[in-house]
Amino acid sequence: MGYEPQPDFGTPEVRSEKTVTLTVDGRDVAVPEGTSVMRAAASCGGSIPKLCATDSLESFGSCRLCLVEIDGMRGTPASCTTPVAEGMVVHTQTERLAKLRRGVMELYISDHPLDCLTCSANNDCELQDMAAAVGLRDVRYGYDGENHLGQAVDLSNPYFLFAPVKCITCSRCVRACDEVQGTLALTVEGRGFGSAISAGQAGDDFLSSECVSCGACVQACPTSALMEKSVKQLGKPERSVVTTCAYCGVGCTFRAEMKGEQLVRMVPWKDGKANRGHSCVKGRFAWGYANHQDRITKPMIRETIDQPWREVDWEEALAFTAGRLNAIKAQHGARALGGITSSRCTNEEAYLVQKLVRGGFGSNNVDTCARVCHSPTGYGLKTTFGTSAGTQDFDSVMDADVILVIGANPTDAHPVFASRMKRRLRQGAKLIVIDPRRIDLVRSPHIAAAHHLPLQPGTNVAVLTAMAHVIVTEGLADEAFIRERCDWDEYRDWAQFVADERHSPEFLEPVTKVPADELRAAARLYATGGNGAIYYGLGVTEHSQGSSTVMAIANLAMATGNIGRPGVGVNPLRGQNNVQGSCDMGSFPHELSGYRHISDQATRDLFEQDWGVTLDPEPGLRINNMLDAAVDGSFKAIYIQGEDILQSDPNTHHVAAGLAAMECVIVHDLFLNETANYAHVFLPGSTFLEKDGTFTNAERRIQPVRKVMEPANGYADWEVTQELANAMGLGWTYSHPKEVLAEIARLTPTFAGVSWERLCEEGSLQWPVNEQYPDGAPVMHVDGFVRGKGKFVVTEYVPTDEKTGPRFPLLLTTGRILSQYNVGAQTRRTANVAWHEEDLLEIHPADADNRGLADGDWARLASRTGETTLRVKVTDRVAPGVVYTTFHHPATQANVVTTDYSDWATNCPEYKVTAVQVMPSNGPSEWQEDYAALSARSRRISHDGQVEPAE
Amino acid sequence: MDGAKLRRMADQIAANFVALGEEQAIAQTAEHIRLFWDPRMKAQILAEDPAGLSPVACAAVRQLAG
Ligand code: SF4
Ligand code: SF4
Ligand code: SF4
Ligand code: FES
Repeated sequence: MGYEPQPDFGTPEVRSEKTVTLTVDGRDVAVPEGTSVMRAAASCGGSIPKLCATDSLESFGSCRLCLVEIDGMRGTPASCTTPVAEGMVVHTQTERLAKLRRGVMELYISDHPLDCLTCSANNDCELQDMAAAVGLRDVRYGYDGENHLGQAVDLSNPYFLFAPVKCITCSRCVRACDEVQGTLALTVEGRGFGSAISAGQAGDDFLSSECVSCGACVQACPTSALMEKSVKQLGKPERSVVTTCAYCGVGCTFRAEMKGEQLVRMVPWKDGKANRGHSCVKGRFAWGYANHQDRITKPMIRETIDQPWREVDWEEALAFTAGRLNAIKAQHGARALGGITSSRCTNEEAYLVQKLVRGGFGSNNVDTCARVCHSPTGYGLKTTFGTSAGTQDFDSVMDADVILVIGANPTDAHPVFASRMKRRLRQGAKLIVIDPRRIDLVRSPHIAAAHHLPLQPGTNVAVLTAMAHVIVTEGLADEAFIRERCDWDEYRDWAQFVADERHSPEFLEPVTKVPADELRAAARLYATGGNGAIYYGLGVTEHSQGSSTVMAIANLAMATGNIGRPGVGVNPLRGQNNVQGSCDMGSFPHELSGYRHISDQATRDLFEQDWGVTLDPEPGLRINNMLDAAVDGSFKAIYIQGEDILQSDPNTHHVAAGLAAMECVIVHDLFLNETANYAHVFLPGSTFLEKDGTFTNAERRIQPVRKVMEPANGYADWEVTQELANAMGLGWTYSHPKEVLAEIARLTPTFAGVSWERLCEEGSLQWPVNEQYPDGAPVMHVDGFVRGKGKFVVTEYVPTDEKTGPRFPLLLTTGRILSQYNVGAQTRRTANVAWHEEDLLEIHPADADNRGLADGDWARLASRTGETTLRVKVTDRVAPGVVYTTFHHPATQANVVTTDYSDWATNCPEYKVTAVQVMPSNGPSEWQEDYAALSARSRRISHDGQVEPAE
Repeated sequence: MDGAKLRRMADQIAANFVALGEEQAIAQTAEHIRLFWDPRMKAQILAEDPAGLSPVACAAVRQLAG
């Protein structure tokens, strides 16, 4: 595709059953009722001049450029604010209109610098276009009257600039921030000629304001007043390629706008069904890591991890690796080998890694980082509904009446979806938040949660069971739905269990610390407030009862009939971009793609025939069990694609001990990550900009990822895996990921109808795509549950073994923030550090006072497992007794303190509850210092005998 | 494998099934271990002293052995 901005219809699409027919400049056109005259004209090929209107925003009617004449109507109404009517006859290009429009344009231009030839928006500017469209040839007012020229440019935001001199005060940016993003960071100050756009309070610039750098205003701005710095620097792009964001599970699609092989900017794609033209700071701006100087582009090997790295060519690296793997297999058997697939890589890449492990290594020791985030979702939803995935698409939230958010912080972790949710909340949907911390959503502009239940970390199951108690004992259950759709006997057992007095909110209040009347009110609202939709995140899964909590959520949804139509459902908000996909692809040690158990003979037969191998019928090891087995001596080699388990997994000391005990650790990544300190082989990876493939987002939406530049390391990740397989003698011959996708479709019933060609044509597909759902399924379980009858599961509250006591009196819980992503390997290598230089420990003022800690002080954070130091932030967002931190920076090593307690069913680590003590400190802990020294040592690279540090 | 850790895992699984009643809890615990544990973990738990396990976990492990 060449570089053309996407068409702009001027006002948003209207959904209506009824069509209205009208005539525009002699052409008949039929549009949905409620559509504007401007949009109707655009949809039949016309183009009415406009400045204050754009189709991502509600019409505003301020610029008066879009005037039209309508038969039988007086004057010249603005076409952006005038709705169509049956039989209307519209004239958009008349003498009278031309004159009026020229007059309007003249006023704008007289206050605008005429340096078009050197402006960074030259040829990509709506003001220019409109001047041309109205045929402006002269400006009568002269340019020397009062004007806004000479105002300083705001360069504070690392990614875009604000040049007030170019601003035409159309207020599109202000409305974009309000309507699309929902942050309300911008205002129009003053009136008339003196009016100006301002970020935040007087004196604020963009960086110090509430602005979260989503880019919606930049996208909306018709001139170069708000403009990406990269465009100013590099010039206008010449082509664009549609691709999918590689950061979070929202799965926003973008136009990567290119100049040759240089990415100029990422612009959210209006036709993207996950993001509908919106984006967040990560996907839109934080792609600079792809060319960061730390990126390793040559393979490296070493005999032992105390040696410096030796750069070698691909051939030598692969021969060395295959030699070691084959030797270990010969000596210790297939079960001594394993691998980890990446939730950041494509479906095809995850699939190939698990194929290499199962078919090539010969064991089922394959796992994925989803183990440490959403494995309980898989277990819980499969058990209750029959399928390991969320039930809705994102659009569904616009039909929700009550939104229950539990253990998720969407404005930070899933920002683009949060903007949709906030839009729905501003329209009047009610909000219930269950979270130990007062997340932003609880109180934000024009939004206030009806109920915030600030529960004690670790008591999710107790709170949800208490809600179920209220629903059942107060007769609020939807028995008609349950009788028709669920197993009635199982419901009765469950109802009897939850109705027991020991599950009442009053009885449980001392445990949950949630006021009983507030909990009752929340339960009533969810059960009776109309369409009830539950959204949850890692605050649900990362607990010793993560799976039980997911099932308790499913129970609530079934009991209230909130399943099987738009506006309801159970929606896991996935962390990394391809968590859903990597799970779908058979990355778990007990199941093949499409969630089929490895012990199932028929499924194994299918794969054995296709791959020409024999598969081990026994489940393999999970990541944490691999590490245990390594320490124990029965697990020797691991291939890790695109993960940094040393930083992301709990109990860092234990992970380090496991890795150190192995004979062959292969790290396949962009950077020498923390895990690579223990690696023998480093295979350089490629970024999402350098490969083709597919990602599957939290709505089960499969979307194409497209190569826009050649891999800096020479190979896309799927090719590296193939090379390794072939070095081991497997003879794979894929020439493009579409062939891998075809194999997945051939072997996976839920993917049967998916193909690369079809995805390219349709943009995306939501699985299942098969005979029953030829076009995919936006909402699941519509006519019945995938498993047949919905299953109520009794979930007993079993308190975690991790308990506070005199030595460790506080509970630590962890999370993430908007500008950084997971272990931060990518975002730390972009200008996003402007918003988050280090991990901070949030602590309640009372707890801080007790310890003599003030904002910004260094504190020692210690648990039974280990200790680290970081700075504190004193805030009442957290309750007394609870502290909170993020884990984006390796220097903090927050996981040094987390324990290896985990979910009972899936071993998903209990990141959200660790008993800790916090004490004043004056600097980094011994472990942090030792670790810094170890990192420096193990990152040395020798070039022709000369050793130098990698960073 | 670390026997104490495996015992803790087995006990934790059992504790989450206890509400189903003893017979069901034992069967479900055994089934869970069968479906999700790697062979060396199964071998190890069978080799552990059953006295170190909760009653349900202990019965489940017996069922696995038999
Ligand atoms: S970047 Fe986003 S948050 Fe910031 S001012 Fe623009 S629209 Fe608002
Ligand atoms: S900055 Fe751009 S979008 Fe905002 S008012 Fe000025 S011209 Fe319009
Ligand atoms: S919301 Fe997620 S998918 Fe969308 S741009 Fe941000 S990080 Fe990327
Ligand atoms: S575009 Fe209609 S008034 Fe500005």
